[in-house]
Amino acid sequence: MFKKRLLTGLIAGALFSTPLFAGTAFISNERDNTISVIDTNSWEVVKTFDVGMRPRGILLSSDYSKLYICASDSDRVEIYDAKTFEFITDLPSGDDPEQFALHPNDRLLFIANEDDDIVSVVDTETHQVLAQIEVGIEPEGMGVSPDGKWAVNTSETTNMLHWIDTETLELVDNTVIDQRPRHVEFTHDSQRLWASAEIGGTVTIYDVDSRDEIHKINFEIKGVHPDRIQPVGIQLTQDGRYAFVALGPANHVAMIDQQTYEVLEYFLVGRRVWGVGLTPDDKYVISTNGVSGDVSVIDVEKREVIKTLKVGRYPWGVVAAP
Amino acid sequence: MKKIKKLITAPVATCLLASAIAFSTSAHSEGLEVRIAYLGFEEDKGPLLSNSFPDPEDSGLKGAEVALRDNNSTGRFLKQTYHLDALHTDDADELYEFATQLHADGVRFFVANLPAEQIRRLHETFGDDALLFNAGSKDDALRVNECIPGLLHTLPSRAMLADALGQWLAARRWNKWLLVTGQTEDDKAYAAAIRRAADRFGGRIVAEKEWDFDTDLRRTAQQELPMFTRASDYDVVIVADERGDFGEYLLYNTWLPRPVAGTQGLMPTGWHKAVEAWGAAQLHSRFERHADRWMNELDYASWAGVRTVGEAVAAIKTTELKDVRAFILSDDFQLAGFKGRRLEYRPWSGQLKQPIPLVHPRALVSQSPQEGFLHPVTDLDTLGFDAPESQCHVK
Repeated sequence: MFKKRLLTGLIAGALFSTPLFAGTAFISNERDNTISVIDTNSWEVVKTFDVGMRPRGILLSSDYSKLYICASDSDRVEIYDAKTFEFITDLPSGDDPEQFALHPNDRLLFIANEDDDIVSVVDTETHQVLAQIEVGIEPEGMGVSPDGKWAVNTSETTNMLHWIDTETLELVDNTVIDQRPRHVEFTHDSQRLWASAEIGGTVTIYDVDSRDEIHKINFEIKGVHPDRIQPVGIQLTQDGRYAFVALGPANHVAMIDQQTYEVLEYFLVGRRVWGVGLTPDDKYVISTNGVSGDVSVIDVEKREVIKTLKVGRYPWGVVAAP
Repeated sequence: MKKIKKLITAPVATCLLASAIAFSTSAHSEGLEVRIAYLGFEEDKGPLLSNSFPDPEDSGLKGAEVALRDNNSTGRFLKQTYHLDALHTDDADELYEFATQLHADGVRFFVANLPAEQIRRLHETFGDDALLFNAGSKDDALRVNECIPGLLHTLPSRAMLADALGQWLAARRWNKWLLVTGQTEDDKAYAAAIRRAADRFGGRIVAEKEWDFDTDLRRTAQQELPMFTRASDYDVVIVADERGDFGEYLLYNTWLPRPVAGTQGLMPTGWHKAVEAWGAAQLHSRFERHADRWMNELDYASWAGVRTVGEAVAAIKTTELKDVRAFILSDDFQLAGFKGRRLEYRPWSGQLKQPIPLVHPRALVSQSPQEGFLHPVTDLDTLGFDAPESQCHVK
């Protein structure tokens, strides 16, 4: 774990020193059918390219070479070259793929099919659908543990976490959670799972082995009605220090101590913030502000919003490469 | 002769859903069976001038059915099975007998897509030994001075709808209103709610007209209505025509070139196809697959009633009437209703508080409460009768 982190740090450091190899962030614009490419040194949009209809979920392969996109209304997952932005191929995804998660082996892709109440598992090499697992209504959030053992899906209307064994591809447990769970994120040691509940207004932390609830975080922002605090996206730094949670129409991102669960800061960003992404060096958080059509950049060390950039219409998801 | 339509969903244990999935669960609840009754009355609206687009015959029923499937989807992971005993007909006595029979069989949760007088009759029979969801009547009296214990309301009241419109008109500064009212008691009640909203939000009703013409407006609207809507200057025409008799013909036929709002034109409503944010698109798509038509406010109200029982039983894992009722009216209850806010019941009136969309037939125009209308507890309570205005406390 430590070794890997050190390595990433070194690579990131090396790349950041040369402008030729600037870091890149990718933003999916839900209502524009495009991806905005952001240079994470200059913090400028350097390119916008067309993809399938209603792009939402977005992720990178473990070597950062391939960009995966859920084109929800095209009913497919599309893969692009993360350097040249050229279309490589698409994968069968089932209907209305919204969020997905890639197994660390880069083979198993777990896709939440929002309209069909299933999670599809697709082999990224053979393009075969390996399993379709029935879950609750409106499957949404999808996460795979870094150790590769667990895939967890959230169902928004059933209000549950569905625990899938990645060996057998079977559903083995279901955990009741607060209203409208949107997103799950494993800690980098795979010991804990963080899950947001949009209408419940909470983030709950679970112990992965026992699947017991360890802690529940509530949020409070001066001048913002509790109803408007709707946690969605979550990001956890690799060093185990911080968590960042997008708070929807509260227009803030919360910074949380990953160990004590204390909320350290609230950053004012754009309107209706759903997505958050960390740069691979954990130095910056990028938030996607759907209604205002922009992204905000938070400097983690300085603890301040350093920039806001205009992107496409209804930016939804974000992922960053070194 | 009156045509009797009957749509019965026999106790459907939607076990289909639970097909062949092996699962264990962290929650402990062994084999809980939950029965919910749906009573739907299809009102004879009388002859309508505007009769080209009839309302669906099964409004409400389809919402209850979709909610049952939603409940069972959570239920199958909790070993809870939900059953719907449903009757949708235009025979009030038959509905009453159906309900009393179910009550005798032990059913305690009733989603009542019924007019106010039928709801009162059920309450007189059951007392507080039942939980009734009013999913059919917008009557303000039911919520403000009748104080029926054990009665909850998922359909927005007329006052909530009128306030939602009033706030939006105030936000637009369209303060001069011409009020046109139909002849039914319901139309008059709607007009009363509009007058109340005018008082609350600074609207001024410059003139009131009652529609009592008997011409066929499909042919003569262009001649009749400009004269009918002559008045000193107004910003908007507000129409109170709940049946949909003449209101549609007001649009584009007013004396002054002004928008029409109320029961036609720009409409405050509990639910509409045009509402698509906050996951609503997914509810629409589930509903349309099931019903093969759009989901309307009656469907939504019945959906919310059945879902409320499901949420409560899933949380407290019992079907005991008093526990379920207490939980629904407690601070712990919340329903995710695809309106961007958590939905809760007002403990004084039993009304489900909720944002009110303002729509025209093909788009969402706005959603109230409007920004800037403040309330010490929640801005959702700026819509409809607030605690100090109500004599009730149903909790």
